[in-house]
Formats: sequence, C-alpha cells, structure tokens
Amino acid sequence: METLKETTKKKNQKAALKITGAEAIIHCLLAEGVDLIYGYPGGAIMPVYDELYKFQDKLQHILTRHEQGATHAAQGYARVSGRVGVAMATSGPGATNLVTGLADAQIDSTPMVCITGQVPRHLLGSDAFQETDIIGISMPVTKWNFQITKASEIPEIMAKAFFIAKSGRPGPVLIDITKNAQFEELDFEYKHCTGVRSYNPRPKPDTKKLEQAAALINNAKKPYIVFGQGVILGQAEEQLKELVEKTGIPAAWTILGLSALATDHPLNVGMVGMHGNYGPNVLTNECDLLIAIGMRFDDRVTGNLDTYAKQAKIIHFEIDPAEINKNVKADVAVLGDARESLELLLPMIDSNSHEDWLAKFAEKYEEEFKTVIKNDLHPTKDGLTMGEVIKEINNATNNDAVIVTDVGQHQMITCRYARFKQSKSNITSGGLGTMGFALPAAIGAKMGAEQREVVAIIGDGGYQMTIQELATIYQNNTAVKIVVLNNEHLGMVRQWQELFFDKRYASTVMTNPDFVKIAEGYHIEARSVNKREDLADAVSQMIASDKPYFLEVKVEKEDNVFPMIPSGASVSDIRLK
Amino acid sequence: MEKRWFTISVYTENNIGLLNRISDIFLKRHINIESLNVSKSEIEHVSKFTIVVNTTETWTQKIVGQIEKQIDVIKAFYHTDEETIYQQSAMFKIASHLLFDEPQIQNIIAESKSKIVTVSREYFVLAKTGRKHEIDEMHDNLEPFGIMQFVRSGRISVTKAEMPITSMLNEFYQT
Repeated sequence: METLKETTKKKNQKAALKITGAEAIIHCLLAEGVDLIYGYPGGAIMPVYDELYKFQDKLQHILTRHEQGATHAAQGYARVSGRVGVAMATSGPGATNLVTGLADAQIDSTPMVCITGQVPRHLLGSDAFQETDIIGISMPVTKWNFQITKASEIPEIMAKAFFIAKSGRPGPVLIDITKNAQFEELDFEYKHCTGVRSYNPRPKPDTKKLEQAAALINNAKKPYIVFGQGVILGQAEEQLKELVEKTGIPAAWTILGLSALATDHPLNVGMVGMHGNYGPNVLTNECDLLIAIGMRFDDRVTGNLDTYAKQAKIIHFEIDPAEINKNVKADVAVLGDARESLELLLPMIDSNSHEDWLAKFAEKYEEEFKTVIKNDLHPTKDGLTMGEVIKEINNATNNDAVIVTDVGQHQMITCRYARFKQSKSNITSGGLGTMGFALPAAIGAKMGAEQREVVAIIGDGGYQMTIQELATIYQNNTAVKIVVLNNEHLGMVRQWQELFFDKRYASTVMTNPDFVKIAEGYHIEARSVNKREDLADAVSQMIASDKPYFLEVKVEKEDNVFPMIPSGASVSDIRLK
Repeated sequence: MEKRWFTISVYTENNIGLLNRISDIFLKRHINIESLNVSKSEIEHVSKFTIVVNTTETWTQKIVGQIEKQIDVIKAFYHTDEETIYQQSAMFKIASHLLFDEPQIQNIIAESKSKIVTVSREYFVLAKTGRKHEIDEMHDNLEPFGIMQFVRSGRISVTKAEMPITSMLNEFYQT
C-alpha cells in the first residue's frame, strides 16, 4: 500500500488529472494530511461516500450516530491533536445537525472543516428534497463558508478552507458542495493555500508594545497572569512556563487554558471565573498588573465588568484584533501569536520573584480549602461527592489522562480538581456550553491521542443528549472510559433554582433509565457504584480495562458547586458558600 | 458615551454572501443600519460597502473590528460626518398635471436644484442629489401636492483622508 504522501505526490506530479469532483474532494483531504473523518451519509453527499469507499485504506471514515456527534468528535480530535478535525454530512437535516458543533467550534476557536452535500445546482432555491440554505444558516457560526457549484472550484476552495480553519485564531469552515459538482469532472491539480489577501491571520507583534509591556511587568509589585486557550493554540506552553518562572508571577487559567501549565506547578494558582478558585478571583481586584495571554475576558471570567480589575494596568496578548478592548480596555495590547509574542518578550523581562504576593494566593487557598475543597475531596457525609470521584480518577491515571467534560456541575468540579501534566489534555465545551459534547468529543480525543487514557466525565443530563454515540464507540472499539456522575438532576440549573429562584425546581429532576443496562446493550462493560468503599476499586477497574468502559457513580443529589460568583456580581464578591 | 453619526467604509472581495455576514454583525448587537450602499470601488474587483450608523464611537470601533474579522473583508474604516464628503440621491414621481396646476412646484424644482429626469403625459420624475436634510426639505415641500412615489438611496461618501487599500494589497503580494 502506498503511503498518503506518495499518493499526494503522484497526484501532484500528474498535474491536470481528469477526475470527478467527488474524487477531487478525497484528494484534497489527503493532500491536507487528513486520514480520519467523522460523518453520516445521505443523498446529496453520496458521490463523495462512494469515493470514500474506494479510498478507505487511506482515509478512515467514522460513522457517528448523529451529525452533531460527528462535529463534536472532530472537535475532540482537533483539540487533542492540534490538527484540523473534519466532519461530513448530507444536505438538509444532515447539514442543520452540524450547526451546534459549528457554533461550539466557533466560540471555542477549534479548527474544523465541515463538508456538506447540497442539491444539484439547477434545483437550488426550488425547495427541493433535503434542500436547506446551510450557507445562510451557518454564516454566523463559521469563520468562513462557501458553496461550491462547479467541480473546477474544488481544489482552490478546499485548500482555502483548511488554511482558514487552522491559521490565526482557528475556527470552523463549512464547504457546501452541490451534487452536480460532485459528479462533474475537472482537471485536478492541488496547491496548498499560503495566504488570502483580505486576511491577516498572524499579525507581527509590535516591538514598541512589547517594550511597554516589559516595562510594566518589570515594575509591577503585584503582577498576575491569566492565560487562556491562546497559549495552547499558539503552542506557547514552554514560553508561558519560562515567563512565569523567570518573573515569579502567579498564573491562573480560564477553563480553556487549563492544562497549558501543569496543575502542580508552584506558580499555577488555579482557575478564574464563576466557579474558579477563591484567590484567583478575589486577587484579580488586588493585583497592580493583569497580564492576559490568549484569553478573551468572557463574562463567565470577569463577572461584572464595571468592577473588574479596575485598580490594575492591563496587558493583553491576543491574536484576534477584534478581541482587543472588546470587553476590557487594555493599557497595552500586543497583537500577535502567543508564542511569537512571548519569545520576543522574554529577553526584555527581568528575573524576579513575588513571594509576598504569592503568599496571598496561598492564604486564600487555605480559606477555600477549609470551606469548600476539604468537603469536596475528603467528605465525611454519606453521599459521594463529584470531587472525590475526580480525585480517584487523578490517582488512577497518575494525573495524566485526557479529560473530556460536558457542561454543568460535573464540568466545573472536574476543571477545579482534575490534575494535568501535559497540554491539550482538557477537552470541554467552554464558550457555548454544549450539553451532549463530551461523549462524541471523547471519541475524537481517543482517536487523536490513541496512546493516552481518555476519560469522559459527564452528567446524567448531557449524557442522554448524545447517548447514541455509544454505538460508535462499540463499532470502533474506541477505548474511552465514560464516567457518568449521576445526581438525577440537571444539577447546575437546580443549583441556580435553589439559590436564585426560591427553590422552585422547574423541570430539573430526572427520572433516569438503568444506565448500566443501556451500556451493556451496546456491549460496553459497565458498573455502577454508590458507596465510598467501592469507588477506588471501580475507578481502577475502569482504568485497567483496555476496552471502552462505562462507570456510573451515583453522587449526592443536591450538592452545589462553590465558590461561585453570582451572575452580574464582581469577581471579588465570590461566595464560598 | 454620546451617540453620533458614523460612516463605515468597508473594502471587500466581491463575494456572494458577504452582505449577510456584515449585516449579521449589526443584527447580533441590535444596532440599526441607517443606510447601506454597495458598489464597486476605486480598485478593480474590490467592492465597497458604505454603512451609516447612529451609535457611540466605542460600539462603532467594536463593529469595525468584527467586520474586519470577516475573511473576505480587506479593510474597514469609520469616520464622522466632518471627516467625509457625503451625498444621497432621491427620486420623486409626481403627476404631470401638477406642473401646470401648481406653479409653486416649478419654484421648488428650481430652488432644490433637482433635475427632471423624464416627463410623460401622466407623470414626471425629479432626481435630487445632496445631503439628507436637503432631500427631506424637498420632500416636505412637495408632499402637500401629492407624491406618487418617493425613494432615497443610501449614503455614499468619500473621505478627506487617504484610505490606503492599494498599498495594503501590494504589501500582500510582495510578502
């Protein structure tokens, strides 16, 4: 069997090869180094699936059980591997089912290319069977999209799609291809896209701004770093570590920045935001310099903007010009790739330490430990806490698993307590908060990092939104470990109802099926525990398995996640209880 | 911050769908587009959107940032009225007999410096180019006599300062 590179080379050598549009799409994918895609066939994309059949030794297609699953799997794959995830669907409902995944990838800056079939060009606008205007529908949730109606457009547009998806601030691109363009022949020749004249993905960091930033950093008494996913996307983990260590500046992370800096690093002070750590939130309003790196001051991070870090100078390292001054006005904005910017900044920075300032974070941690963390991780009450489950998973995986979470209480608890040694290990739906994300995303994460342990931690609500992907797991024997933290509630909404809606529990109680039987129905080994004495054993049994495994942990039904910044409150008004 | 009139000029590739992408940016932020004009620009194959909004400068800056973020947008600028030279066009369709029955109409035509585009037995058409308030004034003057149809275009404008699109594009081809 010839390798992928050889095939591509051959195709390139045989310039102007006459092939169909459908075959051209496969060659474009191969030329972009794609060897795995997720999707679901249907009428308008059948010519491409016919070619996939012929090329299955070079390009693996994973049949998910719903198109939304295909997008989340592609996202999980992209997030863990740093490569572009690819999802494919047919027209109409196939295409509209991609929308949630597109929106998720857009807000969380995940490189993804989605390919949809479309009715033949002559039927466009006639309300043909399974016709939907997916270009119009997906416009607000894609970085770029394009409808191909002629086979000759395929190579250039596909090259542009991959370039746009992965460059600059990454994002999803949707390419809609009419069926006639899939059947038509073209003279195929593929050139990688290296630039688009109306698009500057990687602005060069301005030396003057870097000098201003360095001066602020060198003179600050209580500087504080908050980093986000920009560090991971820009592969700037080493540079961040160097900056932190050289300056002794405490660093906190947003939920998407988690794992960019090892969780046990002495200068890693924890998580910012609504359910973040106490110190990182309170001390945001005490620092004299806030250094934001690759993060976008999301409202869940800042709380009330009118009282957010008003006393501090703000430096914003950011690749997307539209993020500068969008939510928080920067005193110095350094526009550029995180890695490039930090590399240029490092020689301008003095070695330093901030022991007294760092001690304040330790003090705040102690307070948080006494009131919150101790009860979460070392509970004395009967019911199991979500936190102790995460602690067991940390132990069983030597703090080195890829952890995929869904959305809600379990997500906040996991991000607070999961330990990480390496980057790209925390996969979660941050910006969009997509319930149902975790199970399919874990499939993609496992396929993108086959050697690593991948543990999906999901609530009983979100799990049932994409539960059908258990079939994808079974069919492909994808060895993901699935942990459902079952509290028989939509826990986060229930928590808000308790705190802010006078305990009116509208539609948040769930009567659940027998999850073990369901997993077993999909031929996945399964176990359920509800006692503390069984937990460690159950988790180790799950991790020891080299197959997919399902573990249900019945946890305390009405636990709340603290600390918490009530919606609209200031970060310094974070509540410990 | 105080609301003002801003003219946003957007240089773009001539791509289908871009109008939707741009208008969505306003829709998402609940900001009304007061006037919109799309035409070719001084550069071959480059289109120009001229958008007028009435909002704060902070919002205008954010909108311009979001517009520029669109892949097919080359560059977007915003300017105040003082920084631009701007015009709008309007057409009035009026019953022909009024031209003879109402001598005042001839005065309005002369004073407004509008042009008679066409005259038929039933109606005649006036075209007027100028500032919005001039067009509005002409409209108010004609209204008592009866206007059969009225239309006013979006604002078009050129800036007093240079818009360095050509040099930006050249830079791309050199790198």
